[in-house]
Amino acid sequence: MNLPNGWSKYEQAERVIKYLRPHSYVNLGVGMPGIIAEILDDTKNINFHCENGLVGYRGLNEGEVIDPDIIDAATKPVGLITGAAIVAHDLSFAIARGGRLDTAVLGAFQVSEFGDLANWKSPNALIAGVGGAMDLAVGAKQVIVMMKHLDKNGESKIVKECTYPITARKVVDYIVTEFAVFGINPTGLVAIEIADGMTEEMLETITNAPFISNQIKAEV
Amino acid sequence: MDVQTPSHRKLARTPQEAVAGIEDGALLLVGGWGGIGVPHELILATSKLPVRDLTVVSNNCGTGIAGDVGELFKAGLVSKVITTFPVHTEAVDYLDRVKKGEVEVELTPQGTLAERLRSAGAGLGGFYTPTGVGTELGENKECRVINGKEYILEQALHGDVAIIKADLADEMGNLRFRFAARSFNPLMAMAARKTIVEVRELVPVGAIKPDDIHLPGIFVDTIYVSGSRS
Repeated sequence: MNLPNGWSKYEQAERVIKYLRPHSYVNLGVGMPGIIAEILDDTKNINFHCENGLVGYRGLNEGEVIDPDIIDAATKPVGLITGAAIVAHDLSFAIARGGRLDTAVLGAFQVSEFGDLANWKSPNALIAGVGGAMDLAVGAKQVIVMMKHLDKNGESKIVKECTYPITARKVVDYIVTEFAVFGINPTGLVAIEIADGMTEEMLETITNAPFISNQIKAEV
Repeated sequence: MDVQTPSHRKLARTPQEAVAGIEDGALLLVGGWGGIGVPHELILATSKLPVRDLTVVSNNCGTGIAGDVGELFKAGLVSKVITTFPVHTEAVDYLDRVKKGEVEVELTPQGTLAERLRSAGAGLGGFYTPTGVGTELGENKECRVINGKEYILEQALHGDVAIIKADLADEMGNLRFRFAARSFNPLMAMAARKTIVEVRELVPVGAIKPDDIHLPGIFVDTIYVSGSRS
């Protein structure tokens, strides 16, 4: 089967941004979600939260002087918005775990049809890191996974049951891949949007879990 | 002869003098997150101590920067580490020691580590958290349903010694941190029996206004002024 290219990671990010409310507090995971802070325009007034205690960071402006003590979760230099606050690690995770954080946008190895998340460790890995993944996954009001649809062996990362070690169960609300946007209900997956050149039949072939379709027809 | 501030905080003239009391088998809390807020000079001085079997608590295990916690693994002083995100590819000495089976690793979620330290500092035995429920990291931990939600018990984590980094200290040991370099540093100071702080600058008492102090000197024992920022 010849798959279309699907959305670019920027087009994926635009779809994630649709689910971020103006003025909300958002944590971006390491990897693909980092793009969101780079491309988001100021009009949404999003307050990005980082594990390290920054509450209200933003992407750097071109030519802006870097401050080495202001970095994001990927340890990349970022800037602060006017009105930013700095807290220590206990308060930073009180924000995450305490249910204040509106959205966490995370990468994943696998997501199950009922929203189980596996994003911290490969099976049998000797060396693994967990960072703040588990705290963010259980604490954020809304969890959006932004990831490639298939792993490097061509296997679906959307599964009936995760075979990778679990980060948290029943926490994912939306999955945005290069081929589709899925919502996750108590009854399972709903395909909300499908990329150009992709058919529902093709999506079924590459998605290792059942879904129903309730598409907003992609505006061509 | 020891130099003391008027409030009996010890002022160390060298990083070697600051860390001299660290003993074999100590549980050592090391400040820093992602390469910032790291007490580089204190770590380097510790790495040259004739001590062994340290249990180190650190968010990372080496980020490729000279003088970070990786030095302690390089020097072979560590037999156990409690950490959240050790997987930086630059953490070569950590990776090497773990592969050889020389270092035991206890992985803990980042928010759980923060709260374990805070609990120790606050005189609590531990806490129930939803983080890690149903995961590998929650295995063999006491599980309890409170108001219909599942939690696991995590215990307070006490340190013998904390080595931390702050931006400013006054002579009473009151500290101010700088941006994201705060992170774990104040929590580690609270959780340790003895806290040694490396600061960029020592200022007179009163120079940091009461409302601007991030951590009061009651948590600080020894101050070393390195002059370096990050």
